[in-house]
Amino acid sequence: MKWISLIPVVGVGVLLLFAAQDFPEWGDPQSPASQSPVASHFINNTGVDTEVPNMVTAVLADYRGFDTMFETVVVFIAGIAVLAILKGSGGRRRGTRRAYEVEAEPDIIVTHTVRLMVPVIQIFAFYVLAHGHVSPGGGFQGGVVMGASFILVALAWDLDHALVRMSLPRCMAIAAAGIIIYAGIGFLSMFLGGEFLDYAELEKVLPVSREMARYHAMLGVEIGVGFTVTSIMFALYANLSTEGRLKGGL
Amino acid sequence: MGLELFNTFILLLLVVTALAALRVRDLITAAAVLGVYSFLMCLLWAEMGAVDVAFTEATVGAGISTVVLVATIFNLKRKSND
Amino acid sequence: MFEDGAIINELLIERLNYIIYVVLLLIGLHAMISKQNLIKKLIGMSIFQTAIILFYVSIAVKDNATIPIYKTEHDPHGDAAKAAVLDSNRSGEETKAFYAPVMLKPEETQQYSNPLPHVLMLTAIVVGVATLGLALALCLRIQQGYGTVEEDELLVKIERSDARYSQSPLAKAKNRRRTQSRNTRKPRTSVKSTKSIGKSAKSLESRDSTKTKKTTSKSNLSQPKKKPASTSRKPRSSSSKVEGSKPTTPKAPAKKASEKTRAPKKKGAE
Repeated sequence: MKWISLIPVVGVGVLLLFAAQDFPEWGDPQSPASQSPVASHFINNTGVDTEVPNMVTAVLADYRGFDTMFETVVVFIAGIAVLAILKGSGGRRRGTRRAYEVEAEPDIIVTHTVRLMVPVIQIFAFYVLAHGHVSPGGGFQGGVVMGASFILVALAWDLDHALVRMSLPRCMAIAAAGIIIYAGIGFLSMFLGGEFLDYAELEKVLPVSREMARYHAMLGVEIGVGFTVTSIMFALYANLSTEGRLKGGL
Repeated sequence: MGLELFNTFILLLLVVTALAALRVRDLITAAAVLGVYSFLMCLLWAEMGAVDVAFTEATVGAGISTVVLVATIFNLKRKSND
Repeated sequence: MFEDGAIINELLIERLNYIIYVVLLLIGLHAMISKQNLIKKLIGMSIFQTAIILFYVSIAVKDNATIPIYKTEHDPHGDAAKAAVLDSNRSGEETKAFYAPVMLKPEETQQYSNPLPHVLMLTAIVVGVATLGLALALCLRIQQGYGTVEEDELLVKIERSDARYSQSPLAKAKNRRRTQSRNTRKPRTSVKSTKSIGKSAKSLESRDSTKTKKTTSKSNLSQPKKKPASTSRKPRSSSSKVEGSKPTTPKAPAKKASEKTRAPKKKGAE
């Protein structure tokens, strides 16, 4: 079996190495990807259109906003699917504890350190989310950092402690709210006379120019993404570590 | 030249960690080595100028992926046959 | 076309990134095909995915270019934009705007690396971890149902539980063969067959408990017993023959697979 599998692997490898000769040279500014009018347009016009210094955020949330919206929906659906697969499935486990599971109080050093760290992590998450226009960051990264802070709470104490602050129904509600925020901004700009996710029309409700309306709408969209990613990451951890029982676990 | 040397070193280390993650029989070790792989990848991307991608890989690939893998292996058998 | 040295030089020095991306992709692909443990397969999938992202990011690199965030002289909110407005004497409405970002010139475009592949890959990473979580949830469910995530053990167990619960054609063929080998030469009726299936299911369960003992004896016994069973099938009428011969076709590969996977277990018992 192992040797048979080498046949397709070697075949694919030879083909790809053969193709690698035709790739543009490393870092060539004249390569087709760098010369494409789309990329040049994004680099040239982002500052004029949206006044966002970070081009990646601008392209992600504005020019390709429709794409990002459904990426967020994919994350949401994956979270729901994990919930549906594992819900009520772990009841069959025996009452006996495994050899490496021990009953232990949460360690005092760990809990105190985490108690100090979690607020800092959460503030950093907000910073990453809100400062994503100017520096690397954005909704996805900020949301993941935020979700990691809840996972840290669950690791230091136990899952119940984290679930008190972020119960699973609340998790799902927040995740849905994130998508509603994103789509809501899209529909709002539609009702104001533009197209779906055409943020420039929001100047009619915001006291700013057209460019700055896009800037601020991007922040709103990123907040929506952050909501969804935060809660889905925590729900993933909570379900996978306890096989859907939401009791005990890591 | 110095940057190219750095690049080459990271690229070779990537192959080593990828092979190590697949060869180890202990799955928790495999998850940890995969985290090392992700961080090396993140370093490489930051060096290539893709800061946003590097940031995402550091939080998602090396952080959440490893935690989720370990949380799952906790409920499975820890040893793998190959 | 090239000399040998030139190709090696070109591939290893100038395009090392592309080579490593191919190597990582192959490592991941090989792991996905040949590893038996499902978690190992998922780790291989992660490596495959990262290799493709590495390829995209490699494409976006430009020599002497910086990260895709505007420098201070191009910053739409920076001092340079403000000074541009103050210098120019425009109409009153436009000077009210505090800044006026200007479009970059083509030669300035070359100072920034390509942001488009970064955007595409950024979302791919996040969706990748969501699908990884989904796959791990499926692994947990498989573990709950069958007690293992090793593919070879899993195939044996799926086959066995098929024989026990749902009478799939594969399992039916297997059961029929076993009952025929037990009571040879007796003509089979429809009432009898259901009874014998129930019996064979029971015998399967009993085989579970005394598996190691029986596998060694069964492999010896089944070979000579097979022949009378097949000869007894011959003089039957054509209609029953068609009915009987149809399910026997998937029997042979199934048996081969189960014997192959059972082989290491026998070794362990000894």
